[in-house]
Amino acid sequence: MEFEIFDLGLVDFKESLEFQKGVFGYVKSGSFKSALVLCRHLPVITLGRRALMENIRVSEAELNSKGIQIYSIERGGDVTYHGPGQITAYPIFDLGRLKKDVHLFLRQLEQVVIDLLSDFGIKGIRCSGLTGVWVGKQKIASIGIAIRSWITFHGLSINIKKDDLDNFRLIRPCGMDIEMTSLETILGREIEADTIKDILIRRFEYAFNLKASCLS
Amino acid sequence: MTKVVLPELAEGVDKAIVSYWYFKEGEKVNEKDDLVEITTDKATFNLPSPCLGTVAEIFFHAGDTVNVGETLGIIEEIQ
Repeated sequence: MEFEIFDLGLVDFKESLEFQKGVFGYVKSGSFKSALVLCRHLPVITLGRRALMENIRVSEAELNSKGIQIYSIERGGDVTYHGPGQITAYPIFDLGRLKKDVHLFLRQLEQVVIDLLSDFGIKGIRCSGLTGVWVGKQKIASIGIAIRSWITFHGLSINIKKDDLDNFRLIRPCGMDIEMTSLETILGREIEADTIKDILIRRFEYAFNLKASCLS
Repeated sequence: MTKVVLPELAEGVDKAIVSYWYFKEGEKVNEKDDLVEITTDKATFNLPSPCLGTVAEIFFHAGDTVNVGETLGIIEEIQ
């Protein structure tokens, strides 16, 4: 089965959310079998269904002064931060065409990140009872999804640039005292977020046994 | 009367938490309308209404834990 690729580049969160929902409609109607939306976000804090406001450590006024927006959204999980130094991937996958198993899908998303990290010689690990990917005791990728009519949206984000990590200190990521890391921090060299997009697409193809329609 | 039952969402997962009802008791719903959102792990999952009807009764509310196979609510069908 093929999936369509949409690369939005650097976008406002709201714009990407509307785009995701548009693509969701096309997958639901059968125009696309599945799709993968890739982007980087302008700084934003998003609150999942389980989010507590107390997990944002600073005032809304302070966030505004830093140009960071806040959105409550329908994905699972607590609070997280997105910024330009991450790659965010939103798989709009029809699990009716794959396997109707919510947790298998979460584990497959983790595998995408683990495989991508292995391409850089980094050992990514799961943390028992939690969702996401860690390197040692630091988290490098966050996951939160929503499913309607067995079609997924929202997805995963991988920390690439080290400069963006400071903004995680404004929150308690996922409602926990988690230390975040990034690909640049681990490798000790600069990585452009855009350069890992092709690797990420390949890793989605491999983990889900799908074919990206735009790649030869 | 049609039951809205929590289906199996994943292997080895036997419960979920109700996070949001899109309709209140007494409100009319169309078949396939998003009816109730549940969460498990880092996923939210929407259950659609099984039929055109009225939400007759809600047994599990936001924050409640529900087991697979349990009835979340009842839809009274409109013919």
